[in-house]
Amino acid sequence: MGRISETFGRLQGEGRKALIPFITAGDPDPALTVPLLRTLVRAGSDVIELGVPFSDPMADGPTIQRASERALAKGVSLRQVLSLVATFRTEDRTTPIVLMGYANPIEAMGVEAFAAAAATAGVDGVLVVDYPPEESADFASALQRHAIDPIFLLAPTSSDARIAQVGALASGYIYYVSLKGVTGSATLDVAAVAARIPEIRARTGVPVGVGFGIRDAATAAAVARIADAVVVGSRLIEEIEQSTAAAACDNVLTLLTGIRQAIDAAAPAAGER
Amino acid sequence: MPVPDHDLPDASGHFGPYGGVFVAETLIAALDELREAYAAAQRDPHFLAEFEHDLQHYVGRPSPLYHARRWSERLGGAQIYLKREDLNHTGAHKINNCIGQALLARRMNKPRVIAETGAGQHGVATATVAARFGMECVVYMGAEDIRRQAANVYRMKLLGATVVPVDSGSRTLKDALNEAMRDWVTRVADTFYIIGTVAGPHPYPMMVRDFQSVIGRECIGQMQEQCGRQPDAVIACVGGGSNAMGIFHPYLPVAGVRLIGVEAAGEGIASGRHAASLTAGRPGVLHGNRTYLLQDENGQIIETHSVSAGLDYPGVGPEHAWLKDSGRAEYVGVTDAEALQAFHDLCRIEGIIPALESSHALAYASKLAPSLARDKILLVNLSGRGDKDMHTVADKSGIRF
Repeated sequence: MGRISETFGRLQGEGRKALIPFITAGDPDPALTVPLLRTLVRAGSDVIELGVPFSDPMADGPTIQRASERALAKGVSLRQVLSLVATFRTEDRTTPIVLMGYANPIEAMGVEAFAAAAATAGVDGVLVVDYPPEESADFASALQRHAIDPIFLLAPTSSDARIAQVGALASGYIYYVSLKGVTGSATLDVAAVAARIPEIRARTGVPVGVGFGIRDAATAAAVARIADAVVVGSRLIEEIEQSTAAAACDNVLTLLTGIRQAIDAAAPAAGER
Repeated sequence: MPVPDHDLPDASGHFGPYGGVFVAETLIAALDELREAYAAAQRDPHFLAEFEHDLQHYVGRPSPLYHARRWSERLGGAQIYLKREDLNHTGAHKINNCIGQALLARRMNKPRVIAETGAGQHGVATATVAARFGMECVVYMGAEDIRRQAANVYRMKLLGATVVPVDSGSRTLKDALNEAMRDWVTRVADTFYIIGTVAGPHPYPMMVRDFQSVIGRECIGQMQEQCGRQPDAVIACVGGGSNAMGIFHPYLPVAGVRLIGVEAAGEGIASGRHAASLTAGRPGVLHGNRTYLLQDENGQIIETHSVSAGLDYPGVGPEHAWLKDSGRAEYVGVTDAEALQAFHDLCRIEGIIPALESSHALAYASKLAPSLARDKILLVNLSGRGDKDMHTVADKSGIRF
């Protein structure tokens, strides 16, 4: 069993929900990425999504695009992202790392070479935004040969048949996009999300994380009541963007600790679900 | 048995290894809806008749096939025929596709259309059909392109469109496309995204090609009528590749007709400042499809250069990628300087001011013609007129208005 499944299994036993922060590797500087990863763990993160910068992040909003541009301006490549993960892994053997990005940098490296290098670096899951299930059967099996979970998105517009199609390939968890739009958009509709989660759980058999539009502790708490994991991305990037390099880790720690406490306060006791 | 080139894409939108649907899950339902609506429209004689009617009475089709006799004489070889897409309403081939997609949008009850544009030609064509059909229209355009193409920005505004400047990335066409995709994913219920070229996720490359294929179908009839035979080669410029696909596609099954796509070699392929994805790129995934891309060794998309804004794009339609690999079409490069020379030649010798995009195809024809006998025929797609390029050409000649 991989680190992601172990983590969700442990949390379920404790009656807690996962906190999954997202930051972009190399933003604002590659030297800050490992310290930020450490900070995310200290704040109580269960899984970390690490964005791989790409020149054309079509599914992201302006906040994450700016983070990508800052990282690319520092020359951050997919290989460097993997070496940052490897550095983090020398001191943290338990926190799962999920890479999130776009297909082209991976294809430029070669799918098999990437899967092997990611496994060596200590990557636990990979979410490729522009690889829907119908285009990624080979990619998903390459990842699974290297014991890496292929993570997939589902959206409010996904049909039941597609939910099942994703369920057939996905492991680790499923990332449910809570609204129509791009990352960092308006706040989400908790009731609408709540209605979909049971259908997804029933058809896929893996935990469901919810993201896009979670900007504060109250929304995080509301999502924690209905989903297995809460993903916070653009709001964290904004915090990093508005901080000096010296203060970034402290500010992220404060913000994320507040969200962690709200999630724990909201999560129902074990077995209640 | 291998699938003939002209029967592609397959059911899942692939041209060999190219094409496909490489988008986030958030867009899948919208693309499914579009694919079904387009398939139904293609089987509906009423839809096809409406399209035909608007091409004839609004666009002004069929566009003429013109024998550039004086230019051919000067070049001293093959006879050059020009397919006059520059004479269409709005001055380029782009309108053919916009009419088709706007009719489809109306059929799907989408009152709002969006588009991306580089030079502004597709934006103008979209704004035009939106006005014609009473639709709300939003056009995304890179901030850098807005600066370079002020006249087209004003044309779009006159036609009632909202032009949204895009400040991200390189602030050009590819970034406008990213932004239009984001708009679409956010407002998918009431919005139809009119993509201007044969790229993007399935079904766009097929659909845009189908709407543009009227160009090649007319040529087959007109060549037969005027010359009693088909040309020895068909030549068209390739940025995303819609005018080229439109004229190539009906010729795919016609044996003995060479198909030549001309890419923008900018300041020369060796300079690195060009937009020749098929000549100098590698396969990858961008904007919803797998195709040849200009990218660095880490898979980041690189900025392109061409004197012609309409060719200034780091990718190319996936069917061209397939035609290159299969050998059915050849792809060559023409530099800024060569295109400008052809631009001036056509102005002075034939009294036609061509678009800088089309000037790339003309330039290659002028290189090829002298090497061929006088009874050979080259068919060039003159995809647009050059009025929009006055400032660029004047600037290159050191002239200020």
